[in-house]
Amino acid sequence: MIPSYVPPKYRVEVDPNRCMLCERCTIECSWGVHRRDGERIISYSNRCGACHRCVVMCPRDAITIKENAISWRSHPLWDVDARVDIYNQAKTGCILLSGMGNAKEHPIYFDKIVLDACQVTNPSIDPLREPMELRTYIGKKPKQLEFDFVEEEIDGKKIKKAKLKTKIAPNLKLDTPIMIAHMSYGALSLNAHLSFAKAVKECGTFMGTGEGGLPKPLYPYADHIITQVASGRFGVNEEYLMKGSAIEIKIGQGAKPGIGGHLPGEKVTAEISATRMIPEGTDAISPAPHHDIYSIEDLAQLVRSLKEATRWKKPVFVKIAAVHNAPAIAVGIATSDADAVVIDGYKGGTGAAPKVFRDHVGIPIEMAIAAVDQRLREEGLRNEISVIASGGIRCSADVFKAIALGADAVYIGTAAMVALGCRVCGRCYTGLCAWGIATQRPELVKRLDPEVGARRVANLIKAWTHEIKELLGAAGINSIESLRGNRDRLRGVGLNEKELEVLGIKAAGE
Amino acid sequence: MEVEIDAKNMHYKELNEKIHQILRENPNVKKIILKNVLGQRFIGNGLQKKDLTIEIYGIPGGDLGMFMSGPTIIVHGNAEFAPGNTMDDGTIVIYGSSGDVTAHSMRGGKVFVRGDVGYRSGIHMKAYKDKVPVLVIGGTAKDFLGEYMAGGTIIVLNIDEKGNDLGKIKGRMIGTGIHGGAIYIRGEIDKDQLGVAADIKEFTKEDLEKIKPYIEEFCKWFNLSEDIKNKLLNSKWTKIAPISKRPFGKLYTPDLM
Repeated sequence: MIPSYVPPKYRVEVDPNRCMLCERCTIECSWGVHRRDGERIISYSNRCGACHRCVVMCPRDAITIKENAISWRSHPLWDVDARVDIYNQAKTGCILLSGMGNAKEHPIYFDKIVLDACQVTNPSIDPLREPMELRTYIGKKPKQLEFDFVEEEIDGKKIKKAKLKTKIAPNLKLDTPIMIAHMSYGALSLNAHLSFAKAVKECGTFMGTGEGGLPKPLYPYADHIITQVASGRFGVNEEYLMKGSAIEIKIGQGAKPGIGGHLPGEKVTAEISATRMIPEGTDAISPAPHHDIYSIEDLAQLVRSLKEATRWKKPVFVKIAAVHNAPAIAVGIATSDADAVVIDGYKGGTGAAPKVFRDHVGIPIEMAIAAVDQRLREEGLRNEISVIASGGIRCSADVFKAIALGADAVYIGTAAMVALGCRVCGRCYTGLCAWGIATQRPELVKRLDPEVGARRVANLIKAWTHEIKELLGAAGINSIESLRGNRDRLRGVGLNEKELEVLGIKAAGE
Repeated sequence: MEVEIDAKNMHYKELNEKIHQILRENPNVKKIILKNVLGQRFIGNGLQKKDLTIEIYGIPGGDLGMFMSGPTIIVHGNAEFAPGNTMDDGTIVIYGSSGDVTAHSMRGGKVFVRGDVGYRSGIHMKAYKDKVPVLVIGGTAKDFLGEYMAGGTIIVLNIDEKGNDLGKIKGRMIGTGIHGGAIYIRGEIDKDQLGVAADIKEFTKEDLEKIKPYIEEFCKWFNLSEDIKNKLLNSKWTKIAPISKRPFGKLYTPDLM
């Protein structure tokens, strides 16, 4: 066996003076870090991913986890990560897997954009005493409205009444522009999905199923669920398509643009196999492309086939990863009968991705939304299709900025998981999540109470919604739809001219 | 009850809506005959009526019978790409040939094609419990047959319209990434025609018993003689099946290093 040359990333210490040997940590840690040895707890630091489960659950506050302050010879090029990756690949000969979003120190453009606010000439609005409209509709909008004028006699008077002639396509009604992103059943536990489903129902918004199908316990929430059709077509049948409120075709994902998905066979349990409709224990492989899509016209064909299957009653979204030609693809999507285009940025999370993809492929969501919005405007299509932004949305300000850059609404993924307790330890792909979120192990899944989870997620969405109202008021705007693409409300700080140009915003002071 | 629709110059939306309307207004309808079909897409898309037969005269467009669960569709002509796409149950019988990705992601039911099929046919076919999809091809298939196949059965008979042998199969990259189900090809296949994760396995008596009813059904649909049927059943067959249920399991890092 080839030994590992990688020292532990964290140092786990149990204070013997505080520890009462209750062994709670040995039960809570799904990674096997802690073990009782006689009258003490021994900790195997090399197994620790800093998920904090033991720290939070220890009744005596006896556990400390620190970054292992081991000295590495410093080098500006050969940083520790580069060396650790080489040690691991030299040991295994495998593609390195990773969870969560991009872990490189790329610029976070959201943090280099500030919001403008009103002062005197265009006064701000107080959302505590004036209504703020956060409701928005996702779906196809008509180019123009046409009316038939019918003359009716009311109280002896002849009155011309306008009747809407234009057929309005089905839209999703969102009470807040925050939805929960597609994360599959398989990557996430049933209790995590139940938490999301209960929360979105309460908040008047939607969640995505991901590509893992729709488990039966989620059926009662189906009117707040968007089902997903990915290249593997797992769990896709007529009932599934009809159940949800909308359908999303997944072409690409921000965490791994250009590649497919792969749920390893050991995670395909009886429940997962029933939902995905594949035998237990076999790999669930979603190939990189949809093999019936090799052109925009082919994509249009799939959009239309889903519309036919649902009798043109469900909006169909198309999700692509943020890449440099996203604007051209978005134009194709807009002309294909699709109702919304979802752009997933390279900081978007995932249950499992090759590390090299997660950290190096894709472009920032901020740039992608701005470019897509701009191009759709130039083509005269922006008013017909909705744009949803996702990938690395961390707070209400990010939501606000994404909408001001051109999105109609956002998806949040990692943020919703953090609300459930996720520590962003990045080891979702192991299926050992100690918080019961990214796991299928029954003993771990039951750690997450869906009622408590739903409360936390709903609280988060409501808190952000309040903050967005305040931000809107400060910007002198009283509706979220007036913020869409309103880049005049944004200013760049520390950005170069080209970056400002792509984002379509002015520099602070301008 | 039988209903006929003349699809000449009809847009696909109108044609499909007509079919839905007929089914809505006449729950007892057993057969719908479509005449002069020329490229209309999505015929039978999502239909769920088990005792319904749709007979098509002409050439239906792409995604014939997509998401369908129950009905039988008979095509007196060729079919465009992806007939049987993500089909759940039912039967599609094509008297001519069909295009690329025939039976894409099919999850149940049967597709019989008398002629040839295009590239990537049977891709991502899958099976679950009693749902085992079957694709029977009378002629030959182009490259990437049964790619990423996760279940079900593909049978290639390799005969022309008169029942004569077509010679050695030329398809390449057969069963790339296959991790479930099996592909049966009449005749010999070289190992270098296979894609990664596919393997040639011994063709046993059990295999013959497994494919026999589908070959018989094929012969019945297309009115083939007893001689041809016996020739097919007594031929040399090559069975292609996955090397493992987890073909790419060793590609990724183990859980904890």
